[in-house]
This record gives sequence, C-alpha cells and structure tokens, in this order.
Amino acid sequence: MTAIDLGLPGLAGIPTTDEKQTAKDYKSDQEVRWCPGCGDYIVLNAVQAFMPTLGLKRENIVFVSGIGCSSRFPYYMNTYGIHSIHGRAPAIATGLAVARPDLSVWVVTGDGDALSIGGNHLIHALRRNVNLKILLFNNRIYGLTKGQYSPTSETGKITKSTPMGSLDHPFNPISLALGAEATFVGRALDSDRKGLTEVLQAAAQHRGSALVEIYQNCPIFNDGAFDVLKDPEEKERRLIPLRQGEPVRFGPDGDYGLVRSGFGGLEIAKVSEAGEENLVVHDPTIDDPTYSFALSRIGGEDLSHTVTGIFRNVQRATYDDLARDQITTAKAAKPADLQSLLRGRDTWTVE
Amino acid sequence: MSTGVEGETNGHALKSTRHTEITKLDRVVIRFAGDSGDGMQLTGDRFTSEAAAFGNDLATLPNFPAEIRAPQGTLPGVSSFQLHFADYDILTPGDRPDVLVAMNPAALKANIGDLPPGGTLIVNTDEFNKRNLQKVGYDTDPLQDDSLDSYQVHKVAMATITRSALEETGLSKKDAERAKNMFALGLLSWMYHRPTEGTEQFLREKFAKKPDIAEANILAFRAGWNYGETTESFATTYHVAPAKLNPGTYRQITGNTALAYGIVAAGQRSGLEVVLGTYPITPASDILHELSRHKNFGVTTIQAEDEIAGIGMALGASYGGALGVTSTSGPGIALKSETIGLGVMTELPLVVIDVQRGGPSTGLPTKTEQADLLQAMYGRNGESPVPIIAPQSPADCFDAAVDAARIALEYRTPVLLLSDGAIANGSEPWLIPDVETLPDLRVTFATKPNATDGSDEHWPYVRDPETLAREWAVPGTPGLQHRIGGLEKQDGKGSISYDPANHDHMVRLRQAKIDGIKVPDLEVDDPSGKARVLVLGWGSSFGPIGAACRRVRKLGLAIAQTHLRHLNPFPANLGDVLRSYDRVVIPEMNLGQLAMLIRAKFLVDAISYTKVAGLPFKAEELQGVFTDVVKGVPA
Ligand SMILES: Cc1ncc(C[n+]2csc(CCOP(=O)(O)OP(=O)(O)O)c2C)c(N)n1
Ligand code: SF4
Ligand SMILES: [Mg+2]
Repeated sequence: MTAIDLGLPGLAGIPTTDEKQTAKDYKSDQEVRWCPGCGDYIVLNAVQAFMPTLGLKRENIVFVSGIGCSSRFPYYMNTYGIHSIHGRAPAIATGLAVARPDLSVWVVTGDGDALSIGGNHLIHALRRNVNLKILLFNNRIYGLTKGQYSPTSETGKITKSTPMGSLDHPFNPISLALGAEATFVGRALDSDRKGLTEVLQAAAQHRGSALVEIYQNCPIFNDGAFDVLKDPEEKERRLIPLRQGEPVRFGPDGDYGLVRSGFGGLEIAKVSEAGEENLVVHDPTIDDPTYSFALSRIGGEDLSHTVTGIFRNVQRATYDDLARDQITTAKAAKPADLQSLLRGRDTWTVE
Repeated sequence: MSTGVEGETNGHALKSTRHTEITKLDRVVIRFAGDSGDGMQLTGDRFTSEAAAFGNDLATLPNFPAEIRAPQGTLPGVSSFQLHFADYDILTPGDRPDVLVAMNPAALKANIGDLPPGGTLIVNTDEFNKRNLQKVGYDTDPLQDDSLDSYQVHKVAMATITRSALEETGLSKKDAERAKNMFALGLLSWMYHRPTEGTEQFLREKFAKKPDIAEANILAFRAGWNYGETTESFATTYHVAPAKLNPGTYRQITGNTALAYGIVAAGQRSGLEVVLGTYPITPASDILHELSRHKNFGVTTIQAEDEIAGIGMALGASYGGALGVTSTSGPGIALKSETIGLGVMTELPLVVIDVQRGGPSTGLPTKTEQADLLQAMYGRNGESPVPIIAPQSPADCFDAAVDAARIALEYRTPVLLLSDGAIANGSEPWLIPDVETLPDLRVTFATKPNATDGSDEHWPYVRDPETLAREWAVPGTPGLQHRIGGLEKQDGKGSISYDPANHDHMVRLRQAKIDGIKVPDLEVDDPSGKARVLVLGWGSSFGPIGAACRRVRKLGLAIAQTHLRHLNPFPANLGDVLRSYDRVVIPEMNLGQLAMLIRAKFLVDAISYTKVAGLPFKAEELQGVFTDVVKGVPA
C-alpha cells in the first residue's frame, strides 16, 4: 500500500513565492547564441514568459539538458541548470528529482538527443513516471553537428550524411512516448505561443513525467520543415487542435472532424457526412492509452495532418514519490543505528 | 509436513563423548567442492561462521562458475569454497587445501591436483557411478584404482546416509538427498571441534517458512556429526585454538558487504542522503542488494536501465546535494566513462565502485583480476584525472569506501574505488569499529554569493585555496542560481569559455586539485631493517604478498613490503621509498599496469611479476619469485 495520494498536484512540495516575477527575471546574463531566426528563441521567450505564472521560487527550478543546439537552453534561464552530456539528461534529472522533492525539474532535449542516443533513458523515465517535464525540441535534424538526418527526419531525406536519401523510417515521438507508458503527452508548435503555453501550463501541473514535443524550425539545416503548419491557408487544413471536452473538429469552416474507426482507431471524416454527434469528444484523461495512441497516428511524416494539444493526461504514482515513500516507511520502522548495523548478529570478542 | 520432528531437534548442543586422538594444529585449509547445485557456497559459509564464532582468524575464497546451472556433474559445473582458519593472524585463503571434500567425480577431478600428498580427501561415494565418471573422462573409478594412494582417503556414502537419516521426515528421496551438504558440514564440524548451535539456529531461520526443510537440514547436519562420532573411520580430530587477534569485538564480513556498510557509514557521517544508481553485474550486484536493505539510513537505491543511467542518476543526486554512488564491474566502467568525465568537469562528488573481474569484454565474470587500473586512471577522453583507491582485503573495503566518500566530498570529484572479485566474495574477521571514531564527513553547502568582482553573483568555479575544491551550491539555495555543464568553464566565473589560455589553465587546475589530495604516507614493513628488495603491491594481492614475505623471512632472508591504498595520487613519500631499495618487485594480476605507472613516474626499473589466471596469487608462487630476486641482488 502506498501513502501517495494519486491526486497530488504537480507542483506540490515546491516552495512558492508571492513576489511578482516577470519574464525578465528568468533571463540569465548569458548571450544567447542560436542562429538568427532559430525556433529555439521563440520557445525560450515563451518559457521565460510562462515561468512567472507558476509562482515558484526561482531557485527551486532546475533545467537539465543533454547536447544539441536546443540543449544550450539552461544557460539562458536564470534558474539552476546543468548542461550535461548527449542523451543522458533524463537519467541525471531522475537522480535529481529522486533526491529533491522540492525542485521543479525540467529536461530540455532535441530529437537526436532524446530519441537517438538517449532513447533508452527517455522511455525509462516515462515508464517510471518520474516528476520531470521534458521539452523535446523536434527540428527533424541534427542541428549542432551541422545537418545530418535525425530519427524524426522523413524517409528519403537528403542530408550531408545521406546524399542519396535517408533509409530509416522515423519515430513518431508521441506514439513512442505513449508506448513507453507516459502519463502526459502533448505537442505544440514553436510559433504558436498560446498553444505552447497551454500545454506547458498543463505539463507543469501534472505530477509525473510530461513529454511535450515542440516542432521547432531550424532555418539553417532544415528550414521550413513545419511551414505547412504555419502557412495561414495550409494550417487550417492540416492542424487538428485538441480541446478537452470538445468534439475534435478542424478545417477552414470546421468541416472536418475525427470519428472512430476499425479496431479502436480514429479517422478523419467530413462532419456533414459523419454527423456532428459522431465526432469524438476529446478526453485526455481516459486511462486506456488506445485513444491517445489513435490520435497520435493521425497524419504522418508528411504532416498532411498534425494533431496538437494534450494527447494524454492521466494520474499514476510517480517513481520519485514512491521511492521517498519507501525511505519514510523504512525510517519509521527502524531507527538508523549504524553501530548495530556494523555489529550484525554473530560477533566474538578477543580479550 | 512432519512437524513432529521439529521438537526433536530443538535445543541441545552436540557434545562429543568419543575418545579420539586430538591433534593440535595452528592452521587448516579446507576446500568444499561439488556441483554448483550441491550448496557448496552455503556449506563453506557456515563452516566459516563456525570458525569465526570459535575465534579463529580466517580467510575465504569462493570459486564458482558464471553459469547459474551448468550441466550437472560436469567440470564446468564445479563450485568450490576454500576456507583457511588459524590460531594466528593469517593473510590469505591458503594456496592449497589440507582437506578436500569432493561431492562428485567432477569435483574430485577439478580439485585433486591442488591437494598435496598426504592430504585428507573426503569423498561422497554415491555419485561415483559409471555415467558420472564418464562425464568427466575417468576411464576407471579413482576410488577403486591406486590413483589416490598418496592421500588419506575417507569414502563416505553421504547421500545414502543422509537419506536414511531423513527417512521418517516423509521428504522425497530427492529432497532428502539435497541435504547431503549439511551432512558434510556436520562431519567436518565434528572433526574440527566446531560449535554447532550457530548452524542449527541459522538453518531454522533460513528455512523459517519451510520448517520441514529446516528440520531435514538439521537432521542431516547431525547425521554427519554423528557419523564422525560413532563410526571408527575417523581416528583423529583436530583442534585449532582461537587466534590471538587484537582485542575487540569481531564479526565475519565479505568485501561487498563491508563496502556497502562503508557507504551507509559515509551517509551517516556526512549527514547526507545516499543515492545509489546502478545496474546489476557480477561481482558487484551484492552491493546493490545490500544497500537496498538499508533505506532506514536514508539510502535510496535505483536499479537503472543501464550503467550510463545509473551513474547519471548518481551524479544528478550529487548535484542536488546527496552523496551519489554508482557500482559496477569493468564492462560497466566502460559505459560510465563519459559521465565520469562530466563529473570531473562539473566537479561534483561521486563515488564510482568497480569490482574488477577478468576481462576484456565479458571476460571471466566470476573470476578475479586487477586489470582495470589503467582504465580507471586514463580511460576517458581529455585530461580527466580522478582519485583512485583500492582496498586490500574484504574488511578493508569498509575503510576504503569511507575514504572514497571523504575524498569525493572534500574535493568535489568522482572517486574510483577498485575492489575485485577475490575480496568482494571472500570474507575475514573484521574488528568492528566504534562509529564515533569514524571520520567526520560533514560538508558545508554554499549559502552566499561568492563572486570575486564584488557583484552579488554566485560563481560556481571559485575555489577553496587549500583543497582547490569549488563550492557546492545546491539548487534551492536563494540567490545562487547558476549553470554548470560539460563545456569548458571560465576560471572562477564558470561561464562557457573557449579561450585557449583559460583552457590550458583549467586543465592544469583540475590536475593540480587531484594531485594535491592529501593521502597518508606509505609505511614499509621490514622487520629486519636490512632489506634491499621491496615488494610493492596494490589491492587484493596484499594477502598473498604478505604471506609470501613472511615465508621468505622464515628462510632467513630480508625483504620489505609496502602496499598502495591510494593509486592516484600516489603517497608523497612513494618515490623516496622506491629509491631506497636495490630492487623493487611489483606483483599484479594484470600485465604490469602499476609497474608501468611507477616506471613512468619515478624512472625506477621495477621488476613486474604478473599473472592473470582469474585466481589470486598463491603465497608459495610469490615466495619463489621474491626469493629469486633477493638472492639475485649482488652483495
Ligand atoms: C557522445 C556524443 N556523441 C556525439 C556527439 C555529437 N552531437 C552533438 S549534438 C548531436 C545531435 C544533436 O541533435 P539534436 O538532439 O536533434 O539537437 P539539435 O542540435 O537539433 O537541437 C550530436 C550527434 C556528442 N556531443 N556526444
Ligand atoms: S543550427 Fe538550427 S537548430 Fe541550431 S541554432 Fe542554428 S538554427 Fe537553431
Ligand atoms: Mg534536432
């Protein structure tokens, strides 16, 4: 039996402040060194603007990153931060979260960092449901190493390392996270400040691992990768925004929506043909991941359609809470008597 | 099942009334050998506990196959446990057994070569059938021909007798026979006048949930004891008096347990929570198992998804102000090296335990070796110095672990602790320390901005002028927000810096910090004061080297011995010590890794003696090597 209340709020145990904070308080003195026009700037601004709304003490916030352009992020946040090594941020953040219940721990990672070299740590952090908010900057390219394809690049991509086109099928990060038992999964576009902030807000309030995939433009090595989702006309045809409690509906005049199909799947239908009453009403709190997974399969690597918002948001005890719970239980059951531990049971005495 | 039997075996200790000839011995080496399913490790452990309870000094050497269940009755499936006990302080588990207990033909074949002529051989005859003999390539039954004539052979049908002793318990034939290892233990306990209550108590507790099995084992144990007492086949019993060790209270302990206790103690003495991030691997897993049982001491253990995650978690915990620890063997160190480098760069405390085993690659998982020294020393990219500490015996693992934590905390650095398979699983008596006398490991976290330019900033790389350690400013401390990471740091301020002169300075600074770690001077053991040859060792070979030096001195020759606990930095007097002898011999279970460091650093023409057989050195073998060197020094 566990004493953990599954309904514990995401930020429980983290000291708050009444002091008024602004985005400026979250800017460090380090000169930001991304390329001009990089999507990372927009995300940084969004995060710096959003952080004050949490009302947390700045010193109790930590950003942990791996290696990549996006992983420079912690240097620019006036919080605690550690820029670690390629792919390992989820592991390092796990140790920190287990040791320190009073910290809000954020992981910043890229598509290569999280899904290639660090894939193992990512899936295990999600499975354990460690209290981490993971921001996955997906630019579908290796930026820092100057433009090789990544595990999210579309098949056939011509890059420096794949002059005849890449051969491997890409990961769908949302499907992957759901398969790894993630309790919170969301997606946003770098350019959509409002949508991004909404997802970040919900992620922060979630107790457990939250994976937020952020489509991020790399103007240098993969420019315009998400342009079809930003172009005013295309965007309406392609983007499928999720809103809890509302029917999933999109298109220029809300002409299209999602309906159930096949073995628990979802498909796009014309509302006029399917009937309004048959549209699925979005509920990310459904325990069965089948629904969220079906959502994640809408569209494809060609971005013909892209679902944004919160795919899944369910409660499950977190690893770090449970680990601390075991320590508390053990401490209550047995005093920490070092001398008696060292003595053990079978001793003999030499006079 | 038969609860009625339970009352029968309760209570009384076994007391001999038979008159045998009692021979007094100062030391005995017994080896129990059988199939890996025969329970030889448990048998050896119990005999060890009996010897400990009796007050002998002792040292043990378990030796078992890497396979969990190698094919039954085959040579690869043989498991053995050697125990050396004595009435004086001994240093090794013994080169060769005086008594060999062989539970089947495979055990006999694999071990008989180590039994010196005249040695005692006790054989379980029940397993010597045609099929088992053939399995290991015996054309004729060695119990029937004359091949064992030079030994004192005792043929005992252990399985048969055990079975009949357990007839009334209602256990199946197979289950009953399984207790034959306890029969062997009972017989040996009788031969050596060992106390028996402890074993009976142990069996009752071990099988508390299966009282019928507990009783069966106790009955078998007594049957073995009674066999010695009532049959005439054993005319002599032996007495090994308690050892005159230093006064105090002792317990028996294995290296891995001592190491785990050292970590618990370090947590208590530093006042920090301990976080162990680790991934199972032989022969280090028992450290995880042991530490996972001590959560009441504020020890969190995380079984990570791999070694990289294990050390990452430990480092993350250290960043948060806990004592981060990770444990593994050589293959795991290979995986952890990049994160050790991050620990060197971020200058955070971290204890990295490597219980070495035979390599390269997967190598010999259950055998011992000392071949990770250069990996620990240099196995990372860039100039990445780390302190290295090696325990010299099972009990010493406790002090080594406390020392490793001390250095990690005081100097804010990853520390490599090199144990190995021989001391991890081996055991010896341990003079239980008074916890009040353990070092005070309390640390101070930074609380105030420390910028040297008068601003109110916190500069993560401002150093203590004495230790060169940087401040440990943990998240949650108001006003000290800062960023660290694996990129090169500007001295003091800690911002990213690609400045050439700064990099050169920082590389030298990190080296100087490790070089400046205070470690005790070496002490040299040379009772004659006239030795011209010095033996320099490190780690688990302390025992065999010491035993060999004693033997050399018994021959009337002078030889000096000294042993390195600190391999980086070396003790400050090492160079002087080395240069005061005509010859320096360095025995190692690798191809000369310490010898290479010594030659490079001190230009001393050390003689490297190496062996990588997966087993500790034998004192006899080293005696020969040392004697030759001593005799070869021109007058
Ligand atoms: C162990 C290791 N291998 C390789 C690299 C080189 N490397 C640095 S970042 C990177 C890929 C980064 O791609 P991504 O995670 O997508 O980040 P981005 O730069 O696109 O933000 C690689 C291969 C490294 N730093 N460390
Ligand atoms: S290379 Fe691409 S991802 Fe990296 S900073 Fe430049 S624009 Fe941004
Ligand atoms: Mg990328």
